[in-house]
Amino acid sequence: MRVTVRLFARLRDITGASEIGRDVAPGATIGSIWRGLVAEFPDLAGYERSISSAVNTDYARMDHPVDDGDEVAFLPPVSGG
Amino acid sequence: MARELPQLNNDEITRYSRHLIMPEVGLDGQRRLKAGKVLCIGAGGLGSPAAMYLAAAGVGTLGLVDFDVVDFSNLQRQIIHGTPDVGRSKLASAKDRILAINPNVHVETYEVALSSENALRLFEPYDVILDGTDNFPTRYLTNDACVLTGKPNAYGSIFRFEGQASVFAAKDGPCYRCLYPEPPPPGLVPSCAEGGVLGVLPGVIGVIQATEAIKLLTGIGEPLIGRFLIYDALRMRFRELKLKKDPECPVCGTHPTVTRLIDYEQFCGIRPAASESSAAQAHGNGLEITSVALKQRLDRGDTLTLVDVREPNEYQINRIPGTVLIPLGEVPRRYAELDKDAEIIVSCKMGGRSAKAADFLRSVGFTRVLNHKGGILDWIDTVDPSQPKY
Repeated sequence: MRVTVRLFARLRDITGASEIGRDVAPGATIGSIWRGLVAEFPDLAGYERSISSAVNTDYARMDHPVDDGDEVAFLPPVSGG
Repeated sequence: MARELPQLNNDEITRYSRHLIMPEVGLDGQRRLKAGKVLCIGAGGLGSPAAMYLAAAGVGTLGLVDFDVVDFSNLQRQIIHGTPDVGRSKLASAKDRILAINPNVHVETYEVALSSENALRLFEPYDVILDGTDNFPTRYLTNDACVLTGKPNAYGSIFRFEGQASVFAAKDGPCYRCLYPEPPPPGLVPSCAEGGVLGVLPGVIGVIQATEAIKLLTGIGEPLIGRFLIYDALRMRFRELKLKKDPECPVCGTHPTVTRLIDYEQFCGIRPAASESSAAQAHGNGLEITSVALKQRLDRGDTLTLVDVREPNEYQINRIPGTVLIPLGEVPRRYAELDKDAEIIVSCKMGGRSAKAADFLRSVGFTRVLNHKGGILDWIDTVDPSQPKY
């Protein structure tokens, strides 16, 4: 099944993309998609514990399941003011 | 808010006429604004436009918390301050500007760093807290103090070309910790000083915060409670995440474990004493070199390889003559370009990134690596004042 991954702020800089399409196996979760991205872009690893994530614009935790066609978003915290 | 609403005088009625003719605001709403008290944490990028619009809108009391001085590098976005204000306290400058916009506003200034010791007392008289700070410890502190005092937090935060806004800690709404329970490790997320920021961006986000504060005070519209707004200035796009209160949230959940303010520097992994001692250790171990010592060695003709680990656009602004540019992110794949036996001096803007690069080079077998203490800014201060600083 296919999902769209949206990345924000520094995550976008690290991957060079704000939107990435990914084929994932049935049973995938937000967490498994994140770990797939970290394998591709190791610089993402440090963000794991502090990012928030969402499925289809609803905030969701890493163990949340993902369906075909879902949009998964990863947002790092930012602190500038 | 059961307090009696103040009357408007004739001058105020003229001033606020564009509000008064809208039934959603009207005389009652304007009187609520006059009775309203908003505390702006920070008089910088976000606090500037927010405070100016809140003043113009007729919010009766504006509190400002800041302890900084206006710098030339603030003026690109902190529009409450002007060129003649450089060197003045931000609070004095902001107060003058607010009173010039609207002398009816009562301005309270607090020239302190917000802390676990003073936050609850500072928040107490206010109806809405507007979070315009620039660091994680103060953001968690502001959030927790809002939850503990029951004050809504008109939140905004910015990074380069992107901004976030929400209303946290409102009655039955989520708080910042429901979204971000854990702070990032120190140094991972760049600040505006490190990552840069589009000057107009805090204008957009700060005005969204002011809008939410006005809605909360007047009780109109649909506030950003349970919604997290993300703004992308480059693509000119707003997105929204739906956010629920987390029953397991350590501050606002059903069984809170944080029931009073904590040590937020420690919570965010920042321990000033520890980092100073490790810096001192680095110096004591001969792992650092000062700008003056570096200049002396260059003048003496010592063979040194100078590596600047900043980004190319920073290198364009100023540099130490004869440096090789290898941005920090490229060091792991480009270090083979350097001679392992050469004496290497690593430099950046202030010495933080170069310390990381020096650690990395040592970890891959370089034995003669020195970190340039204080970076190019210190070099300009102590060796070459002809170059511009940023």
